[in-house]
Amino acid sequence: MTKIYICAGTGCVSSGSRKVANRLGSELSSRNVEAEICLTGCHGFCEQGPILIIEPDGIFYCRVQEDDVPEIVEKSLQQGEIIERLLYKDPATQEPIKNYEDINFYKLQHRVVLGNCGHIDPENIDEYLQKDGYEGLKRALTTMSREEVIAEVKRSGLRGRGGAGFPTGLKWEFTSKSPSPKKYVICNADEGDPGAFMDRSILEGDPHAVIEGMAIAAYAIGADEGYIYVRAEYPLATERLRIAISQAEEKGYLGRNIMGSGFNFDLHIKAGAGAFVCGEETALLMSIEGNRGMPRVRPPFPAVKGLWDKPTNINNVETYANVPVILRKGADWYTGIGTEKSKGTKVFALTGKVKNTGLAEVPMGITMRQIIFDIGEGIQNDKKFKAVQIGGPSGGCLPSELLDLPIDYDSLVQAGAMMGSGGLVAMDEETCMVDVAKFFLNFTQSESCGKCTPCREGIKRMLEILTRITEGKGQMEDIDLLERLGNVIKSTALCGLGQTAPNPVLTTLKYFRAEYEAHIKDKKCPAGACQGLIRYEIIADKCNGCTRCARGCPTNAIAGKVKEPHVIDQDKCIKCGACYEKCRFSAIIKG
Amino acid sequence: MSKHQLSIGTEQNEKDLQLDQLLAEYRTQKGALIPVLQKAQDIYGYLPENALQKIAQELKIPLSKIYGVVTFYAQFHLKPRGKYVIRVCQGTACHVRGGSAIVQEIQDLLQIKDGETTPDLKFTLESVACLGACGLAPVMMINDDTHGRLTKDAVAKILAQYE
Repeated sequence: MTKIYICAGTGCVSSGSRKVANRLGSELSSRNVEAEICLTGCHGFCEQGPILIIEPDGIFYCRVQEDDVPEIVEKSLQQGEIIERLLYKDPATQEPIKNYEDINFYKLQHRVVLGNCGHIDPENIDEYLQKDGYEGLKRALTTMSREEVIAEVKRSGLRGRGGAGFPTGLKWEFTSKSPSPKKYVICNADEGDPGAFMDRSILEGDPHAVIEGMAIAAYAIGADEGYIYVRAEYPLATERLRIAISQAEEKGYLGRNIMGSGFNFDLHIKAGAGAFVCGEETALLMSIEGNRGMPRVRPPFPAVKGLWDKPTNINNVETYANVPVILRKGADWYTGIGTEKSKGTKVFALTGKVKNTGLAEVPMGITMRQIIFDIGEGIQNDKKFKAVQIGGPSGGCLPSELLDLPIDYDSLVQAGAMMGSGGLVAMDEETCMVDVAKFFLNFTQSESCGKCTPCREGIKRMLEILTRITEGKGQMEDIDLLERLGNVIKSTALCGLGQTAPNPVLTTLKYFRAEYEAHIKDKKCPAGACQGLIRYEIIADKCNGCTRCARGCPTNAIAGKVKEPHVIDQDKCIKCGACYEKCRFSAIIKG
Repeated sequence: MSKHQLSIGTEQNEKDLQLDQLLAEYRTQKGALIPVLQKAQDIYGYLPENALQKIAQELKIPLSKIYGVVTFYAQFHLKPRGKYVIRVCQGTACHVRGGSAIVQEIQDLLQIKDGETTPDLKFTLESVACLGACGLAPVMMINDDTHGRLTKDAVAKILAQYE
């Protein structure tokens, strides 16, 4: 039977996918057409949402609106025709593409973790079961000892997907060896990096994969209770998890004596309350216990002394979501993907100024160029690629010279960035690198918990220096000062937040130093982004005196008679750019 | 006492009653403070001082510590909030796609600054770090609705949908 998949992830819902689904329901029944509607999680191609796929033919319609629905039912479902207007068009050739498998964005991906996202109803456990769901847990519980499970995960080479890339199996082994009758497993779903949303999409699209991964981890380390700490900003993910947990309990995949093995596991949801630092594992523990989420010194590591002082294993969403498939298909299969030291795939959130934005799951070792220019199909409006910011506020900005760097945990650290959670923000020539560094420091500075001095005071000072530079008040000594301060903070801050906060500044200084120098020496922002350094001017030859700019100026800084060239009073100008946007004759230049 | 005042009084009592029930449910649980504060805020719309005092008493946690927790997390509010909370994303993707112009436009339209509430308690404006809908940048949320691919011109139309 025909099945219609409509994306109901956060992105597509905000583009109107629920309205499309409702209309489709009523159109199907009023026309007596037999087809099943399935609301799925995120397809990862949010830019093109709402997304609708008709199976078994795999017809991919994008940017579908409510009013398109009658036509879809009539033509595509009843007459078997394809509506060309709704197909995705290749950005280079403008050729419409019928099947999603043929779209570059999907074609070049290797979807292991996101395999189910967009292809099952996340609110129906049976659909997960049809995709071999809970088979990994079954294999672990019925055929393997705890030690064997850990050995399998160790052999798979899986490393933590939340940032630092610590080997997952080793982490489990530490917790399993901590003697205690009570242990916990925790899923860190406090995805806070600006520019990253893969964890949200996994939770919304395939929540059972995370639950299954956690149950396997609990079995392996000897825990009987777990928590998923979800960000406050993710209401839909929380709701889907709630439904998934209760369905798993009903079917006996959570609770007492799971699959008759004698293994017990209860899972709870904890909603975060809005603090970025709670993504740091010890801060997260403090928060679950009901305190201010401030990190503490490690050791002792949570594996020894975690939640309520009991040994605790903490992994992030994507890490747990990798576990069921490792148990199901085996470590040997898994190690066939990726590089020597980084196995498997990584989900990147590709955003910024690329043509295709969305989630891209690729094998480790792929180059940045492949992600940005093949999957992302290059920079919007065919502007020049300048840099890619990887790893959020803890990561760094890499220049075009490093586009061919194979991406894995170790190569990124060598380049001064880090995998982080996998946010990839592409930037073009209009992005100012000093402004980007300032943006990230502004973020980390306001999210610093204030416990340790290097982070609390140091980042603030670095931000002050950067602000000074972007306002044209910087001095050449500032560059050395930023570097020195950054390195001190890196080596002395208490937790991951502070230790990585200087990365955006240090990498931009390393790869884009000339831009800092232009701000300081020439008092110019080459990208034209720093307001304090911009100057708008009217080219007299091009201005025909239409007065549009003068009327749009909020401070009446533009003077001139009708049909005569106008002039901007630089003292009154607040550099808002309103005139620049209003002018129809390209008579205003920004520089 | 006028009828109006009476109805406000009963509404208040009802809320206090809900808080009592909430505390009875959580009193014995470990790590209850944050969920209790979250639910109390759902009841009152913010965290009034007398509610915090009651929570301190019932959970046997010093009020000073509760104040510390409340002020640490962005989600908690000590002042009444608007019926509609506008959360404008200032994350990386939104930043490079012009998110700050959107905040500016809302500030101009509503005549409030970031973190403030309109005098009629209709809108509260907050800028947040990332809403996780980067594919649609720039983005804002009004209560639980996400609005994406924003332009300066679209903002007024969207705000007008909320009455």
